[in-house]
Amino acid sequence: MTDEQIRQAIIGIINDINPDEDTSNLDAAVRLRDQLDLDSMDFLDIVMELRKRYGVHVPDTDYMQLATLDSCVNYLRDKMKDKALVS
Amino acid sequence: MSNAYDAIVIGAGMSGLAAAIRLAMFDRRVVVLERHDVWGGLNSFYQFRGHQFDVGLHAMTNWAPRGAKGLPLSRLLKQLRIRHEELDLHPQGYSAVSFPGARLRFSNDFELLRSEVARAFPAQADGFDALTRAVRGFNELDLEAPQQDARPVVRRFITDPLLQDMLFCPLMFYGSAREHDMDWDQFVVMFKSIFLEGFARPAAGVRHILKLLIRRLREAGAELRLRTGVSRLLVEDGAARGVVLDNGETLMAGAVLSSAGLVETQQLAGGASLLPGQQPQAGRLSFTESISVLDCPARNLGIEETIVFYSDRLPFAYEQPRDDVDVSSGVICMPGNFDLPEPPRDHLVRITNMADHGRWAALGHGPEYSAAKQRWYAKSCAAAVPHIADFRPHVTLVDTFTPRTIRRFTGHAGGAVYGSPRKLRTGRTGIDNLYLIGTDQGFLGIVGAALSGISMANRWVLQGSGE
Repeated sequence: MTDEQIRQAIIGIINDINPDEDTSNLDAAVRLRDQLDLDSMDFLDIVMELRKRYGVHVPDTDYMQLATLDSCVNYLRDKMKDKALVS
Repeated sequence: MSNAYDAIVIGAGMSGLAAAIRLAMFDRRVVVLERHDVWGGLNSFYQFRGHQFDVGLHAMTNWAPRGAKGLPLSRLLKQLRIRHEELDLHPQGYSAVSFPGARLRFSNDFELLRSEVARAFPAQADGFDALTRAVRGFNELDLEAPQQDARPVVRRFITDPLLQDMLFCPLMFYGSAREHDMDWDQFVVMFKSIFLEGFARPAAGVRHILKLLIRRLREAGAELRLRTGVSRLLVEDGAARGVVLDNGETLMAGAVLSSAGLVETQQLAGGASLLPGQQPQAGRLSFTESISVLDCPARNLGIEETIVFYSDRLPFAYEQPRDDVDVSSGVICMPGNFDLPEPPRDHLVRITNMADHGRWAALGHGPEYSAAKQRWYAKSCAAAVPHIADFRPHVTLVDTFTPRTIRRFTGHAGGAVYGSPRKLRTGRTGIDNLYLIGTDQGFLGIVGAALSGISMANRWVLQGSGE
């Protein structure tokens, strides 16, 4: 998966969690929770969807790595390099 | 030991359905067991002479507009992947609290209540604002916060006992399992959900919400078994291993989430206290409710309110009545006075009063029961009409349900509408793998109950179990 596809994977999950949210103009360097209505329950969902869709395991201690789109990409690049984007 | 299920959920009310959806969404094998022949629990529905009636729901509390952030309703929608518009919510017009010598209107715009308090109780306006700040500042999601009573806290801000009672009245009627007082965290939950957020209702009533939840449940792959009562829990070495059904069948599971209630779940577990060192009591508060079908919209009679909470008695007494029913206070709901896109099929007035389950249970099943229903219906309407226009000449059909009905739909001992006065906020019982969800975990209303199921499923099953 390319960096862009990882971004799409995360945004796809967020869109499924909250279809009423506009994710078209996210700043990749700013914390997701500052731009969107995401609380800790939703971050748990992102983690669980990553596991369900891509078989990627994110341990509790690494949740903060998912704070921004940029940090997601950095953190997931290695874990997702052999995965294909699920639409 | 291999488990047939990852989780068993007892009860197909709002909390059980929501918990099961969450677990199944993330590929847990889950079954919901419901003793009754219909889902919904307290918030269910039935047919009467061709009319579709709701049981529990007057209004959905916790109203929030689409896109509102950080509120319980938005949290619920995200967790269950439901779009706001799918709920088909229509906000109330306005409601009122009607007491001797004072009437306060409120709506989904909190400013209305603020201005009404300032008008009717000018000396209390600052105190009311301070109370509102205290409510807003309290984190009701902190499940470990120590219990404290609400009355002493409210008295610090509001010195007029009439206003105290008028604020407590709607919050108690819509969610207090305790008599006379509420836990402060419950007061906060109810104040936010009713006064700060507000009322709304799907055009088709609770059926619509349940239909959505059942569809999600099936899509997610959870199993739902109706007419399937649990006779006891299987507990070995201090841990729940499964359940035995009324028909003798045994189901094994890694976790059991029970919405049966604290006292009821304890009975299923063999009677030993789920709260070591304490013996929780069944709730003492139950309701009667009458549903009157009118030959015209309530508005045509000059009834503009969506819901009226009243008390003729001062101080307002929220307690088990000393008679079959206490008509000195109650809730009057006009479901047609939500902002509906088109007129409802039936024009209804629903009146709820506190009632004593024991007295109703003693009436048997014969004509005595029907006669009592008729007698109390007349008294209840007579007590209601000083607070709304007299609708009685326009009534074409009546049905009444009693604490016995509530018992049948909820399975709660004593028909306790809001369960035990003792809540178990963490959901964790003295038995491993056994968790309480729903009413007795302590979040009430449709949104609250569903969030209870969701948060307990998240915390104790989904989060706890890394594969």
